[in-house]
Amino acid sequence: MKRLGPGLILALVVGFAFLYLPILALVAYSFNASRLVTVWGGFSTHWYGSLLSNQPLLDAAWLSVRLAFVSATLAAGLGTLAALALVRHGRFQGRLLFSGMVLAPLVMPEVITGLSLLLLFVAADVERGFWTVTIAHATFGLGFACIVVQARLAGFDRSLEEAARDLGATPLVTFWTVTLPLIWPAVAAAWMLAFTLSLDDLVIASFTTGPGATTLPMRLYSAIRLGVSPEINAACTLMIGAVALAVISASLLLKRRQVAGS
Amino acid sequence: MRKASPGSLRRAFQPWDDTNAKPIIEFRGVTKRFGAVTAVCDVSLSLYPREFFALLGPSGCGKTTLMRMLAGFETPDEGQILLDGVDITAVPPHLRPVNMMFQSYALFPHLSVADNIAYGLKREGLPRAEIARRVEEMLALVKLDGLGRRKPDQLSGGQRQRVALARALAKRPKLLLLDEPMAALDRKLREATQFELMDLQSKLGTTFMVVTHDQDEAMTMSDRMAVMDQGRLVQIGPPDVIYEAPANRYVAEFVGDINILEGRVASIEGDLVKVETGITGTVELDEERPTLAIGAPVLIGLRPEKIELSHDEPAGDLNKVAGEIWDIGYLGDVTMVQVMVGGDQGQLLKVALTNRTRRAARPFAWEDQVWLSWDVEAGLVLPP
Repeated sequence: MKRLGPGLILALVVGFAFLYLPILALVAYSFNASRLVTVWGGFSTHWYGSLLSNQPLLDAAWLSVRLAFVSATLAAGLGTLAALALVRHGRFQGRLLFSGMVLAPLVMPEVITGLSLLLLFVAADVERGFWTVTIAHATFGLGFACIVVQARLAGFDRSLEEAARDLGATPLVTFWTVTLPLIWPAVAAAWMLAFTLSLDDLVIASFTTGPGATTLPMRLYSAIRLGVSPEINAACTLMIGAVALAVISASLLLKRRQVAGS
Repeated sequence: MRKASPGSLRRAFQPWDDTNAKPIIEFRGVTKRFGAVTAVCDVSLSLYPREFFALLGPSGCGKTTLMRMLAGFETPDEGQILLDGVDITAVPPHLRPVNMMFQSYALFPHLSVADNIAYGLKREGLPRAEIARRVEEMLALVKLDGLGRRKPDQLSGGQRQRVALARALAKRPKLLLLDEPMAALDRKLREATQFELMDLQSKLGTTFMVVTHDQDEAMTMSDRMAVMDQGRLVQIGPPDVIYEAPANRYVAEFVGDINILEGRVASIEGDLVKVETGITGTVELDEERPTLAIGAPVLIGLRPEKIELSHDEPAGDLNKVAGEIWDIGYLGDVTMVQVMVGGDQGQLLKVALTNRTRRAARPFAWEDQVWLSWDVEAGLVLPP
């Protein structure tokens, strides 16, 4: 192990402090007994209790979870299919265009994605709500899912699929019995990523949602405009916990993938 | 089985010479191109039931493509492939009664050994009990009893190869394809496995087609072999015919070691052909091929083990030439001696000496003046 000099350690500490102190403060103040956000009044789980009786916030959280679940499932499924097309079917006509289009939402500013989807929904006269946000989230989750699954497929020994075909499996049976069992950690990781992205998205959801479909980030954002309450700190802490759990599971799944692939 | 049987019995199996024998596999004018590259060019070939056939050639000669077309992974651009007289050119791989053992073995890493072997049987929809029985039978056949519950990554390379073999044989295919089956094994294991594979093949009576770049492997195992070069079949025949009567210079040089002398036909008296080479003078050959014309340029092929080496000029009616030893390569069982004939600007000829006795001092040394001699039946005439 190489030892770090004092200067480097200082830079590291400052860097991490900048990134994580605000989050730590938020978590700490969610356990604050005082109503005033900036004054420490002793330890309490009071705000978590009152959170449970805040019906609009709970509704928004439940909506966000359902929305994230559906859009992540769509994104992981479609992303896997897109990755299969890109890796398996060689240089088909329009491959570059296809891969560009799948991955574009990754680099597109969210405002533009949101606005263009809003214009589309308005033009198509689609009633905005749960499903429009789900479609929007699936659209950009798909790109991430595709990248994750593509990486797994690139290291996949094709002779395994040929062996399955040779032993009498149709292409579809080959996919279910050989391909999918071997790439599922990547598919699951892709799902987790898409779930997380959907859960904490504010911009695209704001553009594409309609009356009656307010997601948790939107509810929190609008609540903050009326002043930060410790209740919001508590809600955010729970969200951080959920997202951290998803990200850690995803990275564990991907690590497992590497072990299995080696 | 075959180990114990005398060579004469083995020679009795020659369905390719029987005009009534029906081939199990027939390639008819098969051509396959990848872009501008012609991987397989106008190949016509018949395999017969119970045959152990080897496809030999350097990498990139098209042998793997030929086999993949048989398995159904590639479609020929021209020509037909027939199995038992039925055109299977357009039949997808999962519907062909042909199974393949992959070079990488391609064992499913998420399945146990038993489930790997059962994979093809499950696709057939056989009843559970029958599958279990067949899996046990296969495990016993490849001597892996009791290892059914292991995962492929808990096996040695040799064991994995056996699982791959068992999996490919479990469906009782009409034809088993083996893609470089020994490539991943070390030398000792390879030899033992070759004989086991031959035993297995004669026990099961399945037609085997093995693709290999290793001539020893092809010659040891096969009843008949085909030598491929740049997408074409150059010669098809039993191993001894390929070795002793190669069709051309390519086959002669690819299979075994050979000295090639250039010359012109000087005279033909019955079976005795005299060829004038600039370097060794007149060489006499016992040649059955009647297509030679006087004055025509020909090549003489001379296997190193068929040349005698001596210090004194040999007596008798032999082909002989004097030379000087340039190099001696000791290989243990044989010693390869390189002899320069026809002066310093002449040609190096390889001579193989069998080391029959244990002796530290060898009879020949560098720069010795020696005589090479060989029988009239030793050399063969090749087209230029």
